[in-house]
Amino acid sequence: MTAPQITDEVLVAFADEVGPVGPVAAVGARTRWSTGGPSADGTRLVTAPHGIVAHSASEMTVQVRAGTTVAELEAALAEQGQRTALPDRGGTVGGAVAVGENGLDLLGRGRLRDAVLQIRYVSAEGRLVTAGGPVVKNVTGFNLTKLLTGSLGTLGLFVELILRTNPIPAAQRWSAATGVDPVAVFDALYRPASVLWDGTTTWVHLEGHGPDIDAESAVLAGLGDFTEVEGPPALPPHRWSSTPAAAAMADGGATGTFVASIGVGTVFAEKPPPPSPVPATGVAVRVKQNFDPTGRLNPGRRPGG
Amino acid sequence: MRIRESFTPWRRRVVDPLVADLRAALSVDRVRIDGAERALMARDASVFAGGVAGPTCFPVSTAEVQAIMGIAAAHGRAIVPRGAGTGLAGGAIPLGAPIVVSTGKMNRILEVDTANRVAWVEPGVINLDLTTHLTPVGFHFAPDPSSQSVCTLGGNVANNSGGPHCLAYGVTDAHVLAVEVVSADGEVLMLGGLDAEPAGLDLRGAFVGGEGTLGIATRIAVRLTKNAPAVRTLLLSFATVRDAAETVSAIIAAGIVPAALEVMDQRITVAVENFVGAGYPTDAAAVLLAEVEGLAAGVDIDAARIDEIGRANGATGVRLAGTEHERALLWKGRKTAFGAIAQLAPDYYLHDTVVPRSALADVLEQVYEIAERHDLVVMNVFHAGDGNLHPLLLFDAREEGTLERVHAAGAEIVRASLAAGGVLSGEHGIGVEKQRFMGELFTDDDLDHQARLRHAFDPACRANPGKVLPSGHSCADIQALHEVPTGVWG
Ligand SMILES: Cc1cc2nc3c(=O)[nH]c(=O)nc-3n(C[C@H](O)[C@H](O)[C@H](O)COP(=O)(O)OP(=O)(O)OC[C@H]3O[C@@H](n4cnc5c(N)ncnc54)[C@H](O)[C@@H]3O)c2cc1C
Repeated sequence: MTAPQITDEVLVAFADEVGPVGPVAAVGARTRWSTGGPSADGTRLVTAPHGIVAHSASEMTVQVRAGTTVAELEAALAEQGQRTALPDRGGTVGGAVAVGENGLDLLGRGRLRDAVLQIRYVSAEGRLVTAGGPVVKNVTGFNLTKLLTGSLGTLGLFVELILRTNPIPAAQRWSAATGVDPVAVFDALYRPASVLWDGTTTWVHLEGHGPDIDAESAVLAGLGDFTEVEGPPALPPHRWSSTPAAAAMADGGATGTFVASIGVGTVFAEKPPPPSPVPATGVAVRVKQNFDPTGRLNPGRRPGG
Repeated sequence: MRIRESFTPWRRRVVDPLVADLRAALSVDRVRIDGAERALMARDASVFAGGVAGPTCFPVSTAEVQAIMGIAAAHGRAIVPRGAGTGLAGGAIPLGAPIVVSTGKMNRILEVDTANRVAWVEPGVINLDLTTHLTPVGFHFAPDPSSQSVCTLGGNVANNSGGPHCLAYGVTDAHVLAVEVVSADGEVLMLGGLDAEPAGLDLRGAFVGGEGTLGIATRIAVRLTKNAPAVRTLLLSFATVRDAAETVSAIIAAGIVPAALEVMDQRITVAVENFVGAGYPTDAAAVLLAEVEGLAAGVDIDAARIDEIGRANGATGVRLAGTEHERALLWKGRKTAFGAIAQLAPDYYLHDTVVPRSALADVLEQVYEIAERHDLVVMNVFHAGDGNLHPLLLFDAREEGTLERVHAAGAEIVRASLAAGGVLSGEHGIGVEKQRFMGELFTDDDLDHQARLRHAFDPACRANPGKVLPSGHSCADIQALHEVPTGVWG
């Protein structure tokens, strides 16, 4: 018995379009097109197919073409009371996974990389490859989905994904207060979906059963003058990655105006972060060489750069 | 496996150059070549015949692990990392007389950093020891394999292990922030990091689940999970296994993600009761242990809904653990299920496949049918919430032909799981157990890409060769020595 080859015409057609030669990149909605540096001149752009293939609430999974927009996917899932860990930043599903950024509510929704169960992609040789599997728990073979999440399409061009979905909590509430210690707030709550801090104001996102949110709000009331607000503050455009402890000590000196994600470490800032020292380990270099020997996949872009 | 040579005192004086180098780098007592040690290292907790272990090293530092790698390369020898040897897929079985690198003496908890909710540990730390250590500060390490009182965190990382409470919290992968790795060419790498979104490719994620073929983890930064303020544990009884399985799907479909959803069938429940007397009903065809964690009001809401859903799906009884003692007893029963089996038969083969939740009931029916056809007793205890089946086949290896029947039945169970849209393993890994099925789930192109990853970490195939990828792929084919090569070890 051997594994069946992929016969889905939509997938096969995309693989044919990518083909085996010439510089090529997949373009989504260009919401993060500059992440990792500019695409090299002369790169042929292809667009991944679009559409939700299957969603099963009781499996907590959704199979979706890479070119589907995040908004369209979330709207369809919401009808079944579910959602994903994809960030609410627009763009396509494939693009979001290729960039690998987490959503603002990652403490509630989980990390994106943990939600990617299967990726079907087109290799540098123009072949359709499957990484991972369709079920929620899987250690069959090497962890290729992790390697691909955040790889910016430099190892393969995504065509279809299976993501873990999660129930939308029964209730949610944003509240904010000034002059409170954001770390004390974070530590006092059981599992806030998000705690944000701009040096003055602390925003808290609570999710779960209504009575639990009331109880946690009572805890907040003991810590400061929290009032209910519409949602998170406007986020400055640049994204710094620091440790949770360092994010809680941000002072705006290096970053300019900022909003720090307490307990996570992401700092949204006015100024761009300094170039990240991407560890140039032999392994990372060999991964790229092994997956893309001629360097044709998304030339010019560098994950984390 | 008995190595006669090593019991002959006069031969010991002629020390193999490999052993001499290892002893110079570590110490004489931490490089063992005696027959007893090598026999111990030849196998793991799986049913597979042992391999042949080379010298066993007990390094105490990253620098020593690095030195071992250098010596291995200089002598053209492979290495196999080893934790507690509780793996069930043969991952730690030495193939090709490799140097065994035991993490047994690298067992310190280095730092607990609550500001970053992370702990730095050495790979030989026992899973449960970490959680016990964290209890006073109100945290725990979420992955809780049934073997948690003996298995190591290094083994957990290598196998991306799971446990009952991984349903809500995710398997090991989700709880590893960074790993220091000594690669097969002797480089020390820091993969991942404590910051929110470490730059570059996620080599950390690629390493987790690498089954010891991608290098040796020497330090691990694990995420700390806050202990829940409230917990409710329900025990539901059913007249059929199908009702239990369907209840699991219905709970998830209703938008509840419990911390754990574990099913045990009647045979295993009876065995557990006879073993520890945990208070399980022995007259039910199946029991479902459902646990919800969180804040006080929410856990009551979820517990009430699970009760309702259970009854709507045919539960014949629903009991809420009234005290912490009662709850602890139920879990003790679940976690000692395998110990209970040891009372019933000299050997057991524990399988591990995953199927979509909706296929649980059908595949379980096939599992019973397959076992019966092969004249074997099967018991089922499994992580139902994840669709992770663990059929347990009881046998006596001394009876001629039994092991063959066990393997034949096992292969059919694996194929039934694949046919239902499942995968080969949910938590035990591939090791030497399931290599031959890899080509039934993955195409040649898929496997080729997995080999490219493996090669990027270990171009010379020096780390744990002969595992995971099937024969025909790089690093998969190795002479599985069954005897010590002559001239090796005096
Ligand atoms: C009774 C019983 C119950 C079990 N229950 C569960 C369960 O609920 N869930 C589950 O997931 N598993 C379970 N297991 C399987 C096993 O306990 C896990 O796979 C465990 O993580 C293995 O840890 P170990 O320290 O024993 O590793 P070992 O068996 O020694 O090694 C396992 C693999 O890890 C590699 N390895 C070990 N240390 C390192 C390191 N430092 N760096 C790189 N590679 C390394 C080895 O080479 C090998 O490939 C169970 C086993 C038993 C016997």
